[in-house]
Amino acid sequence: MKPIYQEYFRNNLPHIWCAGCGNGIVMSAWARAMDELKLDKNNVIGVSGIGCSSRITGYLDLNTLHTAHGRALPFAQGAKMARPDMDVFVFSGDGDCAAIGGNHFIHACRRNMDMTLIVINNNIYGMTGGQFSPLTPFGKKATTAPYGSVDPSFNLCELAIGAGASFVARGDIYHAKQLTDLIVAGYKHKGFSVIEVIASCPISYGRRNKIPNPADMMQYVKDHTVAKAVAEKMTPEQLEDKYITGILHEAQGREYTEEYAKLCERVQGGDK
Amino acid sequence: MAKKSYDVQVISKLCKACGICVSLCLGKPENVFTQAPDGKAVVVKPENCIGCLNCEMHCPDFCVEVSEKEAE
Repeated sequence: MKPIYQEYFRNNLPHIWCAGCGNGIVMSAWARAMDELKLDKNNVIGVSGIGCSSRITGYLDLNTLHTAHGRALPFAQGAKMARPDMDVFVFSGDGDCAAIGGNHFIHACRRNMDMTLIVINNNIYGMTGGQFSPLTPFGKKATTAPYGSVDPSFNLCELAIGAGASFVARGDIYHAKQLTDLIVAGYKHKGFSVIEVIASCPISYGRRNKIPNPADMMQYVKDHTVAKAVAEKMTPEQLEDKYITGILHEAQGREYTEEYAKLCERVQGGDK
Repeated sequence: MAKKSYDVQVISKLCKACGICVSLCLGKPENVFTQAPDGKAVVVKPENCIGCLNCEMHCPDFCVEVSEKEAE
């Protein structure tokens, strides 16, 4: 096995995910980002909620927390408040982050605490048997939508921008090198970084939507993602079922832990 | 300049036979991998490898490893 995987992964492989699952691709992209950033793993906290993607922390050799469903962000915020010197990565799925923890997600964006959230969007609740999630595209089938979902889906990146996250990007598993670059950029950004990753679920999502082969699913991800620069030249009709990838929003905002430290100093009489 | 050559390894114990490496391989003139009867990836023509790392980066089970061979 490659040395970077040995460095950042626990020795408990093979993992539990199905054949062709995108979570493993995100995990290796993250490991390459760690290697590029040369981070000391003793100084990194990995937090996740519940779901297929959230099992990622069970395979990472870091300080990890595997927490309640949808509540990865509150736990991560607690950890960051206690130890602002440590780097926090949060791994979450689309059901975990956008549905069960949707409220925590928008408020985490608003607070703008310095951490990196990686949302692995496989368009479905994979672990619980393939129910449709708020990110299942309109018309796609799921266990609980056998004739196609009639719910419009969230655009998670626009939601994050609207809620006040200071760095919002979208990557996908087909463009794995770009994904590593986005994770590096998200880490370097000071403030709350949201990286949505368009991933594949050949078993729960693909089988019901006539793409059960993992290789075809990779092609599907490739065909449905468009780089931001290319998307600017396309018409809304052409972009209808496409995901725009790249860094979508970057701004400087007040960082929460710094503001809190200033507040403590002020009320304790340091700055009259 | 001499053509670079690569060594391609598959850790069969970790392979889950998804076939992603086979489908994404850019080997010239033909695929480096093939699928065994049980679906697992097998390296058959490592001399065709161009070192694009598509297989290594996209393997969900971390079982493909590509390394550049030392010049002889």
